Amino acid sequence: MNGGQDLGGMMGFGPVVAEPEEPVFHADWEKRVLALRNAAGALGEWNIDMARHANETLHPVDYLSSSYYEVWLKGLEKLLISRGLATPEELADGRALQPPKPIRPPLAAKAMIEALARGTPYDRPPASPARFAVRDEVRALNINPKGHTRLPRYARGKRGRVEKVHGVFVFPDANAHGLGPSPQWLYLVRFSGAELWGRDGDPGLDVSIDAWESYLEGIAG
Amino acid sequence: MVSGPLPTGGDIHGHDHDHDSGHLTDVALRVRALESLLIEKGYVDPAALDAIVETYETKIGPRNGARVVARSWVDPDYREWLLDDATAAIKSLGYAGRQGEHMVAVENTGAVHNLVVCTLCSCYPLPVLGLPPVWYKSAPYRSRAVIDPRGVLAEFGVSLPPETKIRVWDSTAEIRYLVVPMRPAGTDGWSEERLASLVTRDSMIGAGLAIDPRSLAAEGRA
Repeated sequence: MNGGQDLGGMMGFGPVVAEPEEPVFHADWEKRVLALRNAAGALGEWNIDMARHANETLHPVDYLSSSYYEVWLKGLEKLLISRGLATPEELADGRALQPPKPIRPPLAAKAMIEALARGTPYDRPPASPARFAVRDEVRALNINPKGHTRLPRYARGKRGRVEKVHGVFVFPDANAHGLGPSPQWLYLVRFSGAELWGRDGDPGLDVSIDAWESYLEGIAG
Repeated sequence: MVSGPLPTGGDIHGHDHDHDSGHLTDVALRVRALESLLIEKGYVDPAALDAIVETYETKIGPRNGARVVARSWVDPDYREWLLDDATAAIKSLGYAGRQGEHMVAVENTGAVHNLVVCTLCSCYPLPVLGLPPVWYKSAPYRSRAVIDPRGVLAEFGVSLPPETKIRVWDSTAEIRYLVVPMRPAGTDGWSEERLASLVTRDSMIGAGLAIDPRSLAAEGRA
């Protein structure tokens, strides 16, 4: 969706301000949000693409005026409500008003640490040959789905070149909406700054994205 | 109207000083309510929450990535492996896990400078760099890295020769990118450990360069 998350190429946000000797966290509540996102995510009630989509369905004004941990907090609340794990009243009260939903038990500390250390691979075995090869010229489709997508607006309709074939990966546009992993070939596609930004592009700039096969069309030539 | 940049991801109002007074801010209260509710409902284990915080606060950080970079500087075989199969090469040093499942390493040279961003969220190679800094997740960086990377780099005090090309890697899938900065001059014969001390977090994102030991000497820190 063309939401507040799709920031590439926007202007007016001001300079990038780095904080010298920045601490890992700026407040205790940030630690708790990080922990709660991870622990609740491990319940298996949603996947990473659903979690990203929950963040980006915040109103753009809310998204852009929230810190990133606040975005995570608000996204997590939306996920809990949409999966029937909590009600808005419960979240406001901080107390259970209904019995818990019968779901798998939470990970204990040791299992949680092991899960973080193991990670979650998103690659899948290929079921068909890749449609594109390294050096192929491709165009990113001009798509504007109402649902989740990982094709940023600035690349849509632009011509690039396949630089690497990453393999077959879970497809977020389907996975975010409960349609299963629907794996597709994933490509590293490189665009010139001039192609992306016209005469305002840096002549010495190339930008690449990772693009699933259905984001791309071949260019004969 | 607000004056100056919005506190986007940045952030001013997120910095709640709930540690130095008994007054919790609205967001801190909201998080406390959420945590209480999830514990009461049995959805999360409080000990697991603490273990997650401890992991990201003390066990995972940019020192991991610095070790990877330093190894690639001293060991040509390792460098080749890292550039060919970063996931395996990084795992061989003990770093793997969530948001590092599919790694790619990209090397800076005099001809090309690499810069990593996630314009769509906050994707970041956690096992090698730890949690991202606030600026990496902020709207100014995410919006400008792909259209004005030289301007962004200038704000980090990095000015590249005009003939150096810039390659920006937008992390739009589950591939995570690690920049291998150029090894500073004047470090011949340095041990891997000593070299690792020159590798900053920002240099592994591409927003900085490795520390030049001559600048340390000038500051009397070497």
